[in-house]
Amino acid sequence: MTINSTEKGKILTANRLRDGEVVFLTHSGLWSENIDGAVLATEPQAQAALEARGKDDERANLVTGVYSFDAERREGHVFASHIKERIRSLGPTVRADLGKQAEGRGGHFAALQGV
Amino acid sequence: MYRYDEFDRQFVTERVAQFRDQASRRLSGALTEDEFRPLRLMNGLYLQLHAYMLRIAVPYGTLSSRQLNTLAFIAEKWDRGYGHFTTRQNIQFNWIKLEDTADILSKLAEVEMHAIQTSGNCIRNVTTDQWAGAAADEIADPRPVGELVRQWSSLHPEFSYLPRKFKIAVTGAPNDRAAVKVHDIGLRLHLNDKGERGWEVLVGGGLGRTPVIGVTVRDFLPEHELIAYLEAIMRVYNLYGRRDNKYKARIKILVHELGADKFRAEVEAEYARRPHADTKVEERELQRISAYFAPPKFEKLPRWSATFEEARARNKEFAAWVKTNVAAHRIDGYAIANVSLKPEGGIPGDATADQMRVVADLAQRYAFDEIRVSHHQNLVLPHVRRDDLFAIWKVLNANGLAASNIGLAGDIIACPGLDYCSLATARSIPIAQSISRRFADLNRQHEIGPLRINISGCINACGHHHVGHIGILGLDKKGEEYYQITLGGSSSESASIGTILGPGFAGEDVPDAIEKIVNTYLAHRQPGEEFLAAYRRLGAQPFKEALYAAA
Repeated sequence: MTINSTEKGKILTANRLRDGEVVFLTHSGLWSENIDGAVLATEPQAQAALEARGKDDERANLVTGVYSFDAERREGHVFASHIKERIRSLGPTVRADLGKQAEGRGGHFAALQGV
Repeated sequence: MYRYDEFDRQFVTERVAQFRDQASRRLSGALTEDEFRPLRLMNGLYLQLHAYMLRIAVPYGTLSSRQLNTLAFIAEKWDRGYGHFTTRQNIQFNWIKLEDTADILSKLAEVEMHAIQTSGNCIRNVTTDQWAGAAADEIADPRPVGELVRQWSSLHPEFSYLPRKFKIAVTGAPNDRAAVKVHDIGLRLHLNDKGERGWEVLVGGGLGRTPVIGVTVRDFLPEHELIAYLEAIMRVYNLYGRRDNKYKARIKILVHELGADKFRAEVEAEYARRPHADTKVEERELQRISAYFAPPKFEKLPRWSATFEEARARNKEFAAWVKTNVAAHRIDGYAIANVSLKPEGGIPGDATADQMRVVADLAQRYAFDEIRVSHHQNLVLPHVRRDDLFAIWKVLNANGLAASNIGLAGDIIACPGLDYCSLATARSIPIAQSISRRFADLNRQHEIGPLRINISGCINACGHHHVGHIGILGLDKKGEEYYQITLGGSSSESASIGTILGPGFAGEDVPDAIEKIVNTYLAHRQPGEEFLAAYRRLGAQPFKEALYAAA
């Protein structure tokens, strides 16, 4: 894998149980608040492993509402395919002063502005 | 002024303690999410896009300054400095932590507030006319009856696990500002030939994925038979309402599947079986509750206020605000002042903690300590002296709260949409903002006249798009947001469901489309004819042509 390649796959997300913060499962098995830290599963087997890990952490009461979504990694950054996940990764598009985008945890894609 | 009674104080305090225990058991893992979800929902706590969301009940949209100040305090201490007033007269906070929620509920309980009946398959917080007790056209203040319904329905064991959520709205005025025809049950007070009060009882209205206008089940129910009759309706629903399919579980589907006549017969049969036909208890209770809503001590004032007239003649901006934002009060010398939460390019219904404090302070100084929340996502100072209107306006104006657009194109209703809501399929707020900017010219808004634009970010229709004169529904087409436009909806006494005009639009094309619709109206209207009346006369054709013909 070279750093300039584009990889497509799934990443696992959830809300942290105690405060609802949007989090993404990382390589090390911890949950990151920043989508760039997410592990991208490109093979079905790896995706299944992610989902199993998510279920474990749900049972361990770390996170809630675990699911996976389509994303790609370009130049070391993770990009969500769907607008909903881009908004979850950044914060509300109508309040750029709030959420991950305002706190330096907003991943690497530009916030949507207006329509 | 609405207040708790001793029973409420006890059960709300108990409920906070229960929730504190439930939340800590969830955090420790003693409760699973599946076990906890219905418990948190019974206390208004949702999990949304960025965090938990707490929806707090504002019964009948009535708040005191102390309560509004407490909401401001919560916004700053536990949220991000603002709150969002909803299309059901409630308020939502969008950045709540589960671990803080019990403390928030406890703070709310100090000022007789809670989040009960704001979620779940129960009878929800009753809604009503935001001008209740003040409107010049009112037969009676609908809030005592709303409160009677609340006391009957709160934690009612028989009606806590209904097939689906259940919304009741009440109006005490002939001009329906409570949208009673699009609620599960709508109640409209009116007088018979003898001058006696009674209820028109409408059932099975609703929006969402199946929009319907309610059917009249009783045209004139004697005033004090209400609770027994509502109980009969609830029993028929509880017995026959579908529980196998969430999308077919609302009472509107039952009324439709049984047919109005059969539904009515079932309700009447159930009503005839009631154990006590006596209405004395209800009469006495209503009398007791009415004391909670005793009107403020109005002064005897002349109808004409020199201070007001001078200010209006002198200050054009104030005069424009008066034209749209001030409504007639039932008492001479008083007025209803509507505070728009729709500044140009703003987020409909959002208010900062500072703005909440400003309005709370104005209410305390000028409005007998009363504030109302409207389902249009605005605030109201229901009882102010005409003499004080200019002073009030100056304070509002200095705090970004004096948008002069109540009922006009800029007064857009919008749900939180995909910016906040996990159910949404598209964003609503940016669409509202772009339309608001497009119609920023206030003279043009006045020229256009009354116009309701409603935007929902999904088919659940929290933005009530079906009953907007112009309705906009945001959908997801292969991962892209697009917007369907409907025309001709209304939630008034002549309620109607809007008609889809044609293919949808990309978000950036919506303001142009709305402008074409408005221009078509302006070109075709007869003198004095409002948008809705013109649409009803003209039909969809000229609007379709304007939107799609050139394409």
